[in-house]
Amino acid sequence: MSADSSRGAVSGTPAASASSQSSRWYDADAGPVVRPYAMTRGRTSSASRHRLDLIAIVIPEPAADDPGRDQTLSPEHVEIVELCSDMPQSIAELAAGLDLPVGVVRVLVGDLVEDELVHVTRPVPPAELPDVNILREVINGLRAL
Amino acid sequence: MAFGRSSRKRRPVEPVTLKILVAGGFGVGKTTLVGAVSEIRPLRTEERLSEAGRPVDDLEGVEAKTTTTVAMDFGRITLREDLVLYLFGTPGQDRFWFLWDELSQGALGAVVLADTRRLEDCFAAVDYFERRAIPFAVAVNCFEGADRFPVETVQAALDLDPEVPVLLCDARDRPSVRDVLVAVVEHAMARADRLREPATT
Repeated sequence: MSADSSRGAVSGTPAASASSQSSRWYDADAGPVVRPYAMTRGRTSSASRHRLDLIAIVIPEPAADDPGRDQTLSPEHVEIVELCSDMPQSIAELAAGLDLPVGVVRVLVGDLVEDELVHVTRPVPPAELPDVNILREVINGLRAL
Repeated sequence: MAFGRSSRKRRPVEPVTLKILVAGGFGVGKTTLVGAVSEIRPLRTEERLSEAGRPVDDLEGVEAKTTTTVAMDFGRITLREDLVLYLFGTPGQDRFWFLWDELSQGALGAVVLADTRRLEDCFAAVDYFERRAIPFAVAVNCFEGADRFPVETVQAALDLDPEVPVLLCDARDRPSVRDVLVAVVEHAMARADRLREPATT
């Protein structure tokens, strides 16, 4: 309970910042009760081979629909699977949605990839330009906004 | 994999994702620009400038600004079900430059947002994208109370290559920001065409 309530309120909302005028930090201002390194059990990188790009999209595998889901998953793992089941999301969106550091989300998503519960799209590799047809579609899409 | 046994739920489409960076000096309106076109509320970590930050962050010309973005700041535009564009506002202060290299990896292009009252603030961003050959456009955010300069003056002041698009824009205005993004992608496409031409395959 404490972890959840703190995570929900951690972001630097104006209200939270206003109350931090004094020199002491209370409640949400003091940061999450469960520290990020605890969620990753001290790991700073995942077992998966590729570093996950910020805009890599996390897509659930059919196994993730299984109600008898792996009981060894942490609440954060389960939250990631649930968010992505509603709509596949990028690493950056997951980090913002869960209010977790990007590094933590990378480790947790890496675990889920290992367990074959999700897979991750590989964005256009750096130094390679996207296809001209894709660029044309982007322009058309933007013009239609 | 896409043809695997279907589950109870419809398999989600796997969108192609692209990103455009939004760079520029501190307080120039990057977050505003992202918010003007994003379909989601810009996701960000904003913190009030602390006492510790004050000697570092030069507020001259942007005295009204009390918060600054210290972490990533991004928005999403779903162009089609299978084509998603992400906008990333780069951290405004020099001391967060280490975040740029990761953000610029695989970026389609960039917007350098400029304020004519503090044009020198965007020199670093222009330099960064030129060195890494990331296509960019310069968008001059037309602040109320700031003098308007012709595009040519800005182009000369920044010593830009003639093909780099320079536009006047209002970062709060969706159509205006859309035009800036179109200019970036068109510029990226023109450059991709030029790079491909010499290939003889």
